[in-house]
Amino acid sequence: MTIELSDRVKTVPPSGIRRFFEIAEERDDVISLGVGEPDFSTPWAARDAAITSLEQGKTSYTANKGKRELREAIAGYVADRFDLGYDPGEEIIVTAGASEAVDLAFRALVDPGDTVAIAQPSYISYEPGVIFAGGEVCPVPTKEEDEFRLTVDGLEDAGAADADLLVFCYPNNPTGAIMRESDLEPIAAFAREHDLTVLSDEIYAELTYDGEHTSIATLPGMRERTIVFNGFSKAHAMTGLRLGYALGPADVVGAMNRIHQYTMLSAPTTAQYAALEALDSCEDDVREMIDQYDRRRRFVLSRFREIGMDVFEAKGAFYCFPEVPSGWTAEEFAETVLREQGVAVVPGDVFGEGGEGHLRVSYATSLGDLREALTRIEAFLEEQA
Amino acid sequence: MSEREVLESLRENARYSAADIARMTDLEEDEVEAIIEELEAAGVVRGYQAVVDWDKLEDERVRAEVELNVRLDRETGYSDIADRLARFPQVTALRLVSGDYDFDMEVEGDSIREVSQFISEKVAPVPEITQTVTHYVMTSYKENGIELGDGDEDDRLSFSP
Ligand SMILES: Cc1ncc(COP(=O)(O)O)c(C=O)c1O
Repeated sequence: MTIELSDRVKTVPPSGIRRFFEIAEERDDVISLGVGEPDFSTPWAARDAAITSLEQGKTSYTANKGKRELREAIAGYVADRFDLGYDPGEEIIVTAGASEAVDLAFRALVDPGDTVAIAQPSYISYEPGVIFAGGEVCPVPTKEEDEFRLTVDGLEDAGAADADLLVFCYPNNPTGAIMRESDLEPIAAFAREHDLTVLSDEIYAELTYDGEHTSIATLPGMRERTIVFNGFSKAHAMTGLRLGYALGPADVVGAMNRIHQYTMLSAPTTAQYAALEALDSCEDDVREMIDQYDRRRRFVLSRFREIGMDVFEAKGAFYCFPEVPSGWTAEEFAETVLREQGVAVVPGDVFGEGGEGHLRVSYATSLGDLREALTRIEAFLEEQA
Repeated sequence: MSEREVLESLRENARYSAADIARMTDLEEDEVEAIIEELEAAGVVRGYQAVVDWDKLEDERVRAEVELNVRLDRETGYSDIADRLARFPQVTALRLVSGDYDFDMEVEGDSIREVSQFISEKVAPVPEITQTVTHYVMTSYKENGIELGDGDEDDRLSFSP
């Protein structure tokens, strides 16, 4: 007998990256620029705090929304860094990664038949999250000529005016694009005009290399219609500890917590201790990692240009998004360069509309590996010429 | 500012080529070369050395940390004593420090005997030096900011979203 799977699950295909895994397994000299997580380990002070908490036997559940102390620390941090004012009692929930927070928001806000506009190319979890929640997706492609920023024209062309929710992520995975305050203002006006709830994934906020990150929730009239996601995976190099959070109006956070209390109870306790220490004492470690990413970013952009691949000036996260040479699809190029040169990159179409013809290149890898990878890609291009 | 960036890159890895530093800092290669020359000429950058894990080599390398106490008089200051000690090639580092003793001196040699002899014959007899305490290095765990252990392994998946 076979067990019948739900239609919701059946409509969502497995992640497009899977096949590449198998090819990468065949070689032992692969340099991977396909990784969406930091190459740094969690700052030692945070790891040490986690270890201490284990030694002290602090392994029980915490409050559903996370330890009060941690929510207070998060409130202080987002106020200080991004000018975001949230009440630790009612407006902040700590989750098992930003991933859980995004899922909770979809389940709390999306009814069957609701439409969720998603700026693309984007992180791959939003679309399945909407479908699992029973909603429908309205992709909003962004374009290289706009430096992959979301525009009102793009929203209108995609029919997002009729959507219920709008999701985007800046600094962006996979393009490395950022949006400044002046870029966000028209989007905020559009959301207010068409009464859209905005889900803003700001997990890469710290990794902004040109100026300071602005959250759309700080724009007039936006706080009450925005849910902000952030977490410790990227800037604090804590991916495996699984800790993120959402900030939003009390009723939305309360609704998210209602799901969370039945499905997760509380975010990992050990990770909460690590996070508390990360906010308390790891600012310098974070700075140092950001400085390193920035140097690598400039290195990689320069090298792509030197070898004749067009790449727009990525200013955030740890990705850049070069164009594949003409005559190739992104998928063919990525597969061939992996088979022949052992360099792993992700084809842009995996990330949705607007990603085709591009590669996501992660520079969360040592400079030595980046240098070698670019040399191999250069050799590959010369062979093809 | 760009001077600082070049310096930071060199401190991270002094073997980065000028071309690579240029790519990382958005400077031109010849600008980087000029900055490095200036840093060297001004004596900001005094040299470039490999960070060696001696435990990985067959041949013995003996290193010692030596605490020195000195007595100053009207004619002799700290820098006079330091000048005199620093000239010995066996002395690899010499710093005036706060606390219980005056100088913190690092010494290297091929054997304990050689290092001991150096301290007893060349250092201790210096008239201003009133006391030496020698600590032989047994194991080194971190040198110049570089951990000598196995480090954290990169066990990330080759693809992740
Ligand atoms: C844009 C974006 N949002 C969320 C996540 C998931 O983060 P977390 O580890 O906090 O679940 C990622 C991870 O790659 C991401 O790139």
